[in-house]
Amino acid sequence: MEQTVSYTLDSTLETVDHAEEKATRIATELGFGEDEVMQISMAVREGAVNAVLHGNAYAPDKKVVLCFERTSEDLVITIRDQGKGIDLEGIPNPLAPENLLKTSGRGIFLMRSFMDVVEIRPSQTGTEIKLIKHVHGPSAGGKEASQ
Amino acid sequence: MSMKLNTRQVDGVTIVDCSGRITLGEGSVMMRDTVRDILAKGNKKIVLNLGEVNYIDSSGIGELVSAFTTTKNQGGELKLLHLTKKVHDLLQITKLYTVFDVKDDEAAAVKAFK
Repeated sequence: MEQTVSYTLDSTLETVDHAEEKATRIATELGFGEDEVMQISMAVREGAVNAVLHGNAYAPDKKVVLCFERTSEDLVITIRDQGKGIDLEGIPNPLAPENLLKTSGRGIFLMRSFMDVVEIRPSQTGTEIKLIKHVHGPSAGGKEASQ
Repeated sequence: MSMKLNTRQVDGVTIVDCSGRITLGEGSVMMRDTVRDILAKGNKKIVLNLGEVNYIDSSGIGELVSAFTTTKNQGGELKLLHLTKKVHDLLQITKLYTVFDVKDDEAAAVKAFK
C-alpha cells in the first residue's frame, strides 16, 4: 500500500460494502492479525454507514471520501461526508439499561470499541471521522504484507 | 456471502437457520420479514440458529434486538442458538448477551420453551 490512498464514493449501500472490503484488504496487506482486520473493517463499515445514511442521507449529489494513511506508527482512516453534521450530544449511551433494547445507535460505540483512537468532528458542511489503529512492530502482528 | 434463511419446525418450535451476513440492507430486511412472517402465522416460539453467521454489523445487531422485542411484544419467545465467536463477542461488548436467551444445543433450546 502507498502511504496514502483516497477514494471518493457515492452515497449508496454499495459504498458501505466497498469501504469494508477496502479496509479488509489494506489492513491485511499491512499485516494486521485476523482479529484486528475484523475490527478495522467493522469500524470502517460503521463509519461508512454513518456517512451514507446519517450524514449524506443517500443524497446522490453528496460524496463520501474515504482515506487510508499508513504512518510510521498507525493506520489512520478518515471518512468524510457532506451532510449537516451529526449531533454527538444527542447520541445516547447504548450500554445504558434504558437503551439496551434500542434497535440503533451502536455504530459509534462499536468504532470506539474496535479502534485505538476515534475522533469525530462534526460541522455544518459534513462530519469527519478519524479512526486510528496502532501498528505493532515493523508490520502489524509481525506478519509479512501480502501482495 | 449474502444472507440465507431456512425455516423448519421442531416440536412446535420454529427454527430459523441463518447463514452469511446480517448487515445493513438485504440481510437485515430478510431477517425482519422472516420473523414477522413466522409470528403472523401464529408461531410464537422461535429459535434463530446463528451457527453459520460469519458477520454481523450494528444494523444486524439492531435486527436481532427488533426480532426479540417484536416476538416478546406478541406474547412469544425468541432464543439464539449456536453463536459464532464473532457474534458472541459483539453481544458481549454491547451488553446484549444477557438480554438474549442464548443456547448452544438445539434440543435444549427447543425444550427450554415454556
